[in-house]
Amino acid sequence: MRALATETASERIVLQASDVWKSYDDGAISVLNGVDLEAGEGETVALCGPSGCGKSTLLHLLGGLDEPDRGRISVNGTKLSPQRSRLHLLRHEIGFVFQLHNLIPGLTLEENCLIPTVAAGVDRETARARLLQLTSLTGLDHRLGQRIQKLSGGERQRTALCRALMNKPRILLADEPTGSLDEQSSAAVFSLLLQLVETEGLTLVMATHDRAMAARCDRLVEMRNGRIYEPKSV
Amino acid sequence: MIFLKLILTSLGRHRIRSFISIAGIAFSVAAMLTIVTVLQGAVGMFSGILSSDSEIIVFERNVSDLFFSNVSPEAARVIAGWPKVQHADPVLFGIVSSLDHPIVTCFGVTSSDARIRNAAWLRGERADFGQHADDVVLGERAAEFLNATLGAHVQIGHGTFHVIGIVRTANGFEDGGVFMPLKSAQDFFHKDGSSVITIKLRNKDEGAAFKSEVKAKYPNLIALEDEEFTHSYSQFKILKATAWAVGGCGLLLGGLGVANTMIMSVFTRIREIAILRVNGFSTSQIGGTIFGESALVALLGAVTGLVIGTAFLFALKLIPSLHGYVDVSIQPLVVLTVIVLALFTGVAGALYPAIYAMRIRAVEALRFE
Repeated sequence: MRALATETASERIVLQASDVWKSYDDGAISVLNGVDLEAGEGETVALCGPSGCGKSTLLHLLGGLDEPDRGRISVNGTKLSPQRSRLHLLRHEIGFVFQLHNLIPGLTLEENCLIPTVAAGVDRETARARLLQLTSLTGLDHRLGQRIQKLSGGERQRTALCRALMNKPRILLADEPTGSLDEQSSAAVFSLLLQLVETEGLTLVMATHDRAMAARCDRLVEMRNGRIYEPKSV
Repeated sequence: MIFLKLILTSLGRHRIRSFISIAGIAFSVAAMLTIVTVLQGAVGMFSGILSSDSEIIVFERNVSDLFFSNVSPEAARVIAGWPKVQHADPVLFGIVSSLDHPIVTCFGVTSSDARIRNAAWLRGERADFGQHADDVVLGERAAEFLNATLGAHVQIGHGTFHVIGIVRTANGFEDGGVFMPLKSAQDFFHKDGSSVITIKLRNKDEGAAFKSEVKAKYPNLIALEDEEFTHSYSQFKILKATAWAVGGCGLLLGGLGVANTMIMSVFTRIREIAILRVNGFSTSQIGGTIFGESALVALLGAVTGLVIGTAFLFALKLIPSLHGYVDVSIQPLVVLTVIVLALFTGVAGALYPAIYAMRIRAVEALRFE
């Protein structure tokens, strides 16, 4: 069963997985079994399903962090190929947010956010302007010089969100982005995430267990046993 | 800037480990600097003895050590008479032991020798040198360790000598040596000639012609300009090679310390490296942070080592028994070489950890707790 982009989304498909298979331990552990998924420009897609159903693996494949055993992944109409295009993908086309904030301890909020710009060779002034824009939108502009250790859980996740968007990617992949937060922080961070997605015109594919959050996305895709079962319009 | 911060943050996280690595490089560099400088100083001093008011030395071809060289008195006399030679001083080197001192260097020289002429006479008169066979002049330090004063008789080897002068020279070997008339030295060491002849030419530009003439007339002898001699003398080569080898071994150990630190650093940062990869760091950028970290450790170690080594050399110079033997003129080339070697060691030590880090797959490392 294919999970196709909704009719309300733009015609332009920016993310596409076609008949994607993935297994580990030489095929002993089968994780994805012929997944098809499309996401249109500006669309928000929630991947729901039990733990171990392959949500994170699919996100990793979509983001070029891993390679499928079989099948095709396309981003903005271009098939992912080894190394060079993946680097470009991670630097300019896709941003990642994880359940754990994955910030680098010892660095400040500002330094953590600037990492993608350093990797991509963005000039300092441009990077700084983008940093101020994002931290202002996320309410972190007064915490720029703080070390990560001194930030609250919500602030850390918001910092991770800023970092993911520093190089203005068109696609945001979020792997249970509020999974490590309490209910209140979780709701606040998710609202902020949706607000940013809308402001920046991003395509969001998010793995989540939270049905309420998933319901706020344009589309909910159900995964079980490495397969997409049915697209549900929300 | 972020690169530097990543490096500093990583080093700062394990301060003691970083400190031990820096200390390892520092002590290696200090050891290398000390050994090389002391030995180069010693080589320089020995060269200084030979080049005292001369620019060429003549000695027996194919001898492994100047102490075994024997230049005949006839050759010395003939060469001294050549028109292009301003003066030729035969010098006989000998080593004997005295009470409590296993090594005393003896110089058999003529009364006109530059070493006697140019020395500062602290006791005695220069004109008295060479008047009697058992007369000797002591270097200032030799007088100290032989506990001898002007007019005293000292036991040197199996002979007893009369001290007719005490001199101070700028050279540690000469200051710790005994000067005796050439004839007395020949008798004492059972040699009929001298170890070398030091030559001063009337015209410095005639060095090549002089060397050719020696080669033609005395095939068993070789004439070398001072600098040539310093570079080609096998004993000096062995000493220098030994110094660099010992220092190199020290640096190798320091490099292993850096390797250990960097391996631990990478292993404890696997997740962090994965985060960098996810945020667009290329493998070369990842490698750059690892090499940068090790280069910084090596550089800090090298600078610290240079400071420690220099301080140690100055401390050595202050030890009375080593007075004059330690030359603390640290050559810029040695400093540069030591820094380059330390950096090379640091970078080489980071090679495996860097390759390991560059091969880390983000997707697997993100699962790493």
